[in-house]
This record gives sequence, C-alpha cells and structure tokens, in this order.
Amino acid sequence: MDIDEVSRALKRIAHEVIERNHGLSDVVVVGLQTGGVPLAERLVRVLKEIEGVGVPLGSLDVAFYRDDIGLRQVLPEEVTSIPVDLTAKTVVLVDDVLFTGRTVRAALDALADYGRARAVQLAVMVDRGHRELPIRPDYVGKNLPTRRDEVVDVTLDGVDLGELVPDRTGR
Amino acid sequence: MSAASGARHLVSVGDLDREAMLGVFHLADAFKEVAERPIARVPALRGKTVATLFFEASTRTRLSFETAAKRLSADVMSFSASTSSLEKGESIRDTIETIDAMDVDAMVVRHKSSGVPAQVRAWTKASVINGGDGQHEHPTQALLDCYTIREALRERAPDREAGREDLRGLRVGIVGDVRHSRVARSNVLAMTALGAEVVLVGPRTLLPPSLEGWPAKATADLDGVLDTLDVVYLLRIQKERSEAGLLPSLDEYHRRFALTRERASRLGDRALVMHPGPMNRGVEIAPEAADLPNSLITRQVRNGVLIRMAVLFHLLGAGGPLTVEQTDA
Repeated sequence: MDIDEVSRALKRIAHEVIERNHGLSDVVVVGLQTGGVPLAERLVRVLKEIEGVGVPLGSLDVAFYRDDIGLRQVLPEEVTSIPVDLTAKTVVLVDDVLFTGRTVRAALDALADYGRARAVQLAVMVDRGHRELPIRPDYVGKNLPTRRDEVVDVTLDGVDLGELVPDRTGR
Repeated sequence: MSAASGARHLVSVGDLDREAMLGVFHLADAFKEVAERPIARVPALRGKTVATLFFEASTRTRLSFETAAKRLSADVMSFSASTSSLEKGESIRDTIETIDAMDVDAMVVRHKSSGVPAQVRAWTKASVINGGDGQHEHPTQALLDCYTIREALRERAPDREAGREDLRGLRVGIVGDVRHSRVARSNVLAMTALGAEVVLVGPRTLLPPSLEGWPAKATADLDGVLDTLDVVYLLRIQKERSEAGLLPSLDEYHRRFALTRERASRLGDRALVMHPGPMNRGVEIAPEAADLPNSLITRQVRNGVLIRMAVLFHLLGAGGPLTVEQTDA
C-alpha cells in the first residue's frame, strides 16, 4: 500500500461516512493516540473538500482505560481533547491499525464518559485480523492478512501529513 | 505482581530527578483533563486498594489522597489514630502488618516522627507513599507546589512560557518556620532539582542551624529580598513555637515576616503567592493578601488531587520508573 493508495482509501472512507450518515450533521471525528490522530486530521480535511463543511475533530488517549495496566508500562502520550459533548452525536473513531480490538474496547469505555453518543463507528486504515474481542470496523482502508508475530506500521514519512507509508515488516 | 519488579515507593522527593518529576507533571496534565469532564473518573486502578494511614491528624492531605484514589476507581481504606494512642515501634508495626494482611496495594503514611514511612517499607508488600513525616519530608506537597508554579507561569505568559517544563530562572522565597517544616525541606529539594533558586526567610531561631543539606541561601530580612522574588511561599506559623520561646511574639512575627497588605502591594502581580495550608490569616498572611489574583492557594489544593492521582497511577498502574534508582527496562 503506497502513498497514493492510502490517499484513495481515505477518500473512499470519507465518501462512505457521508453516504452512511446522510451527510455530516452531528458527525464528530475522533483519532486514537497516536497513529489514529494524523489519519483523523486528514479525514476531516477530505470530508471538508467533499461536503464543504467542517466537522469537530478530537483526539483520544485510552491509557487510563486499558485492560493491561499493571502488566506493562501504560502511560498516556498526549492529553485527550474532545471538543464537544458527544451526547446524540455520531462518533467516527479513527485508528491506523485494527488488531486485537483491545484499544477500541478501551476507547468505547472512554467515549462513554463524554456523553451518550447516538452511534460510534470505527474507521481503520488497516485491518490485520486476530481479533480477541467482538469488535469489527465500519470503514476499512485495506484488509491485510498477517501472522500474529508480524508488525504493521502505518507511518508518516516526513512532516507532511499527506505522506502515509504503510509497510509490512516481519519482526 | 507485575512486569516491573517489587513494590515501589515515594518516601523522599530527593529520590526523584528532574525527568521523573516532569513525568509526574505530564501525567497530572492528563488527569487535569479528566477532572474537567462531566464524569471525572477513570477505571485505571480498578481492583486496587489504597489505605490512608494517618497517625497524625490532617484533613486536607487525607481527603486529597482519598479523592485521587477514588477518581482512579481504586478502593480506599482509611485509618486514623491520635498520636497519643500509638507509640513508635512495635505497635505501628502491628498496625501495618495487620493492614498488609488485607492485601492493600498502597499505603499513604503520615506520622509525627521523621522516618516512619521509610521504616514501614520493610513491613509491607504495598507501595508506601509518604504523606508527611515529622520534620523530614512531604513529597507530594512539593510536587504539587512545583506543578502549580509551572502551570501558573504557562497561563500568565502563553506566548513565552507555553513550553515551560521546569522552574529554571526563578527565585523562590520560602518564608516562616523553615527549621521545623517538612514542606520547606521537600520544596527546597524539588525546586532546586527543577532549576529554581531558593532563599529561606525567617527569624534566626526558625531557620535551619546549618545550611548543610539545604541547597539554598538564608536571610532574616524579608524586606531586603522581597523585590527579587518570583514566588513568595509562606509557611504556617504554629502558635506553639511562640510558647516554646522560638518567637518573640506573633505580632512581632507578623510585622517582620508576614505577607501584609503593604508587602503584597509591593509585589503587585509580579510575584506568585503560595501557602500549603491551613492558613493562619492575620499571622503569616494578611486576610486580603490570600485572596489576591496572584495567590495560587486554592489552585494548590486543586492540583494536589491531580498530583496524587499521578503518583498513585505511576506506582500502582503505569509500571514505569518513578524514582532514580528504580529505572526499569
């Protein structure tokens, strides 16, 4: 998946978000720290290009909600920022890679503390399988079959957020 | 218990280097966002138990720790004893071992004798946090004070100070009964480690007899240094000090060392005013001086909860290194 493919996938996801929600009213985009945040920023930009309206953008760090606190070092990367009350909103949660589903589980608990959203939808650039919880994405950039011991990296190449380079590396 | 081995403790703020303190501050920043939500609680320490063991009375520190633990979803066990009913030694040990048998994860210990929290470490598997011991230390107070200064500077000059992490370039005056104050001792260690310069101010009888171990200067002339200070940190004057002959009189103390209305107007909004509480209005601080806009006193209380959340989360949850000697992989 090269830079162009990521761009095309984001555009497709943006169109799907608009179609599924009949527009963008009451839609809030929330990026998961750290990999989901630049993707969420780009998604908001693409949505604006298509529909001409800005949607609220937040970022969420799930450290305090994880189920492996005490098993490994769990420290927040950034202060969470949710700019609006989520009650009755449709939240599009954005992450780079969907793997076990445990981060998303933590994110769902965290979001509930910011109001009762009407719906939460999940957008990921890469779904690599190996779910450990009953969680599935609503929007997927690419399904990438992996082995459990492989590492999938969606990285920003340089400072330009436009340059996303997913690559697949054996550990 | 976890990947990080053994119990980890916070007994002296001197065990923390600059990086460890900044780590606590970053966590406190994240907890500040939590505190501002409609539901100001996270499940981070679900299933953990924090015991507050106050062998010496203190309402605000105990409430602050208990609030912090509850906002992290930990269970709280509370023990208080009048100092007269327990002697140092065996009976404290029995108390600690009894509570240890109930499988608590952290013990917050306050005692009128210096060194008790350090000693308690040997008697329990739990993390021990010093909630103030004798004339020795009060580490979480120093952390919350430094955090409050950092926060106030960032907010006062966002263009210049938004990225400020430590206390470099600041001159702090700690005024009052420095000799008997664990708050002063912990603050001198923390503030200097964060790059501030500290001046101890008070009558000779209430200054340390020697400055050995105190990386600070000392003076008995408040008016002589007042204009050079960026932070004026007032300590509580205990009336017993006057009875013990260490102070001529509270009136005399007030004239020479209190933040009077006149001194407060000399400071203007140039310097920050702090006090660990509880205040003796009219003794070390004029009633109106405590309520000026540059007074950080209520913020200190609010930030106390955030800092104690950060310390509890660090020691019980995060599994990361907190103190210098306990660096982990």
